[in-house]
Amino acid sequence: MSINWYKYSAPATFYGLAVRLAPWFGGAAAILTVIGLYLSFFVAPTDFQQGEAYRVIFIHVPAAWMSMFIYLVMAAWAAVGLAFNTRLSFMMARALAPTGAMFTFVALWTGAFWGKPMWGAWWVWDARLTSELILLFLYVGIMALWAAIDDPRRGDKAGALLALIGAINVPIIYFSVKWWNTLHQGSSIKPSGTSMDEVMLAGMVVMAIAAWFYTIAVVFVRVRRIILERERHTEWVKHVLEGA
Amino acid sequence: MLDFLLTVIRRDLLLATRRRGDWLTAQFFFVMVVSLFPLGIGPEPELLKRIAPGVVWVAATLASLLSLPRLFADDHRDGSLEQMLLSPEPAVLLALGKAVAHWLIYGIPLLIVAPVLGIQFALPAEAIGVLVLSLALGTPILSLLGAVGAALTLGLRGGGVLLTLLILPLYVPALIFGAGAVDAMLAGTGAEANLSLLGAFFVLSLIVAPWISAAALRVSME
Amino acid sequence: MMEWGSWSAFWAMGGYGLYVWGSFAMTALAIAVEVVQLRQAGRQTLQQLKRLNKWESE
Repeated sequence: MSINWYKYSAPATFYGLAVRLAPWFGGAAAILTVIGLYLSFFVAPTDFQQGEAYRVIFIHVPAAWMSMFIYLVMAAWAAVGLAFNTRLSFMMARALAPTGAMFTFVALWTGAFWGKPMWGAWWVWDARLTSELILLFLYVGIMALWAAIDDPRRGDKAGALLALIGAINVPIIYFSVKWWNTLHQGSSIKPSGTSMDEVMLAGMVVMAIAAWFYTIAVVFVRVRRIILERERHTEWVKHVLEGA
Repeated sequence: MLDFLLTVIRRDLLLATRRRGDWLTAQFFFVMVVSLFPLGIGPEPELLKRIAPGVVWVAATLASLLSLPRLFADDHRDGSLEQMLLSPEPAVLLALGKAVAHWLIYGIPLLIVAPVLGIQFALPAEAIGVLVLSLALGTPILSLLGAVGAALTLGLRGGGVLLTLLILPLYVPALIFGAGAVDAMLAGTGAEANLSLLGAFFVLSLIVAPWISAAALRVSME
Repeated sequence: MMEWGSWSAFWAMGGYGLYVWGSFAMTALAIAVEVVQLRQAGRQTLQQLKRLNKWESE
């Protein structure tokens, strides 16, 4: 059975798909979260060096992964939109940004809450936290640009260009921040490298997949609203609105 | 094509000479911002020497950002931007020319003022040399990236601040390598590594930024 | 398996309760805010669009 994927690039068809799939991803995310939390609190042992405080990594690391992953996916949709001029691609990019920013914020918050017990300060300028902070600025910049542009088509493409140049820059920023951090070894306290217990890794991975499914569900719901707003003059949307 | 590029640059230079006020204001801003730091932190020479590279770099960045919103806006307002984009010449050259002109007008003066500031902060001569060299690489990067921001925010309300918000994160590597070069010189480890990385970032910006600026110009003018 | 001994030990997290639960709670809050905001925005959009369509068809 060959699926004609192209039909899903039409907002009308994709809308139906998003409506049907969102609850499944949401449900799967919920189940995986429960499993992940169970692993985090009832399976993973106490860390020898960090005690119970290390359990924050079961949120911090998946959130950091998601914040970067979502940015790349957003940039990918931006690139597709610019290359093929498909409206839906830009809508997906717009739908992804807020969730990406949310995970970046969570990564920063949990990073601080992990840092305080471990290194004695609420904020340390280490490579990861500093990179996450800059990533937050990148997200906020794109969303600010979208908010400032009234014309949706101009906003689509402008935001996409910014996302692209941001994506090119993200590895450079990450590298430069790591470089900067190793040069300024003023602080004698370094985050102790916990040898990654298999169970700890499993917990982080499960939470990461839960976060990923949550993101998909949320993006489906958000893009549905964007599609309705943008396509409101079409027959199929009028039909949907009557039925709603 | 080279003709077009040179024409764009020459035109902007000519326009700048007619409005010397803008250019001068940016330089005074540079000096004033740098002077704020001893006032805020204290005059202790050793401390000032340590913060000098970062302070001068950040102030130079902010001074350059001041002038960026006008990069395309003036031409946009009087319709000449539209004419230039309608011409058969590639928009990339327009974007590149604008960035080069911006650097010539706003970037180079920073290089001339920086050594004076370095002396105020008790930087030794070799460090000042590295500072100027790092700024010589960093200011064109800022002009190039700034052109992208200016093109994206063309005609938008809140344009200037928005432009700053968009461009600063992208500029972070330049700041790190640029100020880092001077720090490395002061620490004795040598500035070559930082300067090479800064140079690489400059080349990358030179290759990538004008294309994105050109695309952004077309998007903003639709 | 992780043995907690008692509920109070679980909440205390070896003295790090503030940090562990502060993290998990903020994350739960962030997710809750996002979901609620999505719901509200969705409802608002539907209402607005229905109204707009009604006006335009009159």
